[in-house]
Amino acid sequence: MIMTTTMTQSTNESEQLATRTAANSDTAIANENELKNDDALSLNKPVVHERADVVGNKVALEVKNFNSWYGNFQALHNISMDIAEKCVTAFIGPSGCGKSTFLRWINRMNDLTMGARAEGTLKLHGRDLFAPGTDVVDLRRRVGMVFQKPNPFPKSIYANVAFGPKLHTKISKANLDEIVERSLRQAALWDEVKDRLKQSALGLSGGQQQRLCIARAIAAEPEVLLMDEPCSALDPKSTAAIEDLIDELRKEYTIVIVTHNMQQAARSSDYTAFMFQGDLIEYGPTRHIFTNPDNEQTENYITGRFG
Amino acid sequence: MQSLANPALHRNGRFAKDKLFVILCIAATMLSITMLIILLTSIGLQGKDFLSWKFLSSAPSRKPAKAGIYPAMMGTIFACGVCALSAIPIGVGTAILLEEFKPRNKHLRLIHSIIQLNITNLAGVPSIVYGILGLTAFAHMFGVLGTVDQPILTIGTTEDWYHLRLPFGRSVLAGGLTLMLVILPIIIISSQEALRAVPGSLRHGALALGCTKWQTVWSTSLPAAIPGIMTGTILAMSRAIGEAAPLLIIAALYLRFTPGHLMDDFSAMPLQIFNWASRPQADFHYVAASGIIVLLAILLTFNAIAITIRQLTHRPMS
Repeated sequence: MIMTTTMTQSTNESEQLATRTAANSDTAIANENELKNDDALSLNKPVVHERADVVGNKVALEVKNFNSWYGNFQALHNISMDIAEKCVTAFIGPSGCGKSTFLRWINRMNDLTMGARAEGTLKLHGRDLFAPGTDVVDLRRRVGMVFQKPNPFPKSIYANVAFGPKLHTKISKANLDEIVERSLRQAALWDEVKDRLKQSALGLSGGQQQRLCIARAIAAEPEVLLMDEPCSALDPKSTAAIEDLIDELRKEYTIVIVTHNMQQAARSSDYTAFMFQGDLIEYGPTRHIFTNPDNEQTENYITGRFG
Repeated sequence: MQSLANPALHRNGRFAKDKLFVILCIAATMLSITMLIILLTSIGLQGKDFLSWKFLSSAPSRKPAKAGIYPAMMGTIFACGVCALSAIPIGVGTAILLEEFKPRNKHLRLIHSIIQLNITNLAGVPSIVYGILGLTAFAHMFGVLGTVDQPILTIGTTEDWYHLRLPFGRSVLAGGLTLMLVILPIIIISSQEALRAVPGSLRHGALALGCTKWQTVWSTSLPAAIPGIMTGTILAMSRAIGEAAPLLIIAALYLRFTPGHLMDDFSAMPLQIFNWASRPQADFHYVAASGIIVLLAILLTFNAIAITIRQLTHRPMS
């Protein structure tokens, strides 16, 4: 199968990338010193499309010729891309284009789906997720996930956040209190719930519940945070709160977000991938995708001409 | 309001049908309630004379005036205790396996669906059949483990409360396990339904945090399903308390002493009631009615306790 990804390598794009990286100059300088590191990508190297996107950043996820099927239906066609560490990568595209499927392979939640299978390479920090003997439970601890619909457990707010940390280690009460407070603060929920930590999480509003789910995910200290349309069930105010939150979290986490909201992708992501019918059509720095997409299909989609 | 006044809407009589349907439903409800009231009143009137503290605390007798239900009551409580202690863990465990650990492999899926089909079928098996099965499997142990007179294994003597022997013989343990067979399908099916009703998003949430399957079940699905599981268990236990047929072959119809250990003979309230009701003397029929009142009282008490526990444990977080 031929990659439909655009292969434009104009100087124009390189310049854009340089500008993009300049904003991240600290990382860029750090990486200049690590030229020999395979994960580090140098500006001096020739620009290869799928690597070009994350130039200047370390690679968190390496995807090569990745295919996926549900039964006989092929949901993903030959996806190849690198996802940058400590950046926000947004996936956009019409419903059923495979973006959620892709997301759910990163923590192998698709293992639970009958008839779902995958082929190709998907590496997290250099480790193949499909290598035999991969501990899926450990993988899911390292890759947190926030779902489309808030799904707090029917337990107290405290128990929800403490759930992840308690699973994996024996932990003292004081430590746990600290983790719960820190996670809730990071999720910008602490001030709203600090007086009712022992009350049921189901008493929170939808937006609060979703932030609680984010707090729950980051309390387990994952390396990557996957968000599957985290704002689709929320009102604009809660959406704004969660976008602010994403902006905060990008300092510490690699975030991969699937969204139907074009503005959201434009506002809160560093990189954007546009998918259509299981193909990765275009992938690059968000500003580039939204201002000057190489592919006509991408342009049509983001300008609302279809999809 | 114009539409309400529109005669065209009434033309096919759908509003009349609507009213008729409600009336039919009320009639059906009233019919069953009336039957229940008649039944309870007649039993209450018949049984009130013999109902006394002495009736509850003494053994059955040949004289109706001296007859008591104590041994049968204790027999029922012991047998149902055995039944609950064995049926709940086995039933809930089976439900968890069938519902939460569904196989992905084609052949295992076939086995899974065969088991599922059979459990559904078992719920419809007449309880007397379970009685015969219980007699063979638990009381005689298919004859391969010796006989009651010459057991292959004995722990303690008949004087000890922990006395145990193989085979079990026609004992409390065998009776309790037989009742377990009767109610297992009910517990399994209702527990499965309770687990199925737990939203998948909760399960996915737990798995995505790095739970093992067992941690997901224990921390998430099972607590969320407990109210449903308890409802099913309460219904099943009510059935176990009232069952006579499966115990007919295993328990005694008429017994003057209470079981002292699990290997002891026992009687059960439905059997004792059956015994009284089938006697020719009219007075014994009144004694039987008193027995029914006691049985119903115990049933309602147990249900009330179980429902209270369910409400208390699962109010705060749901």
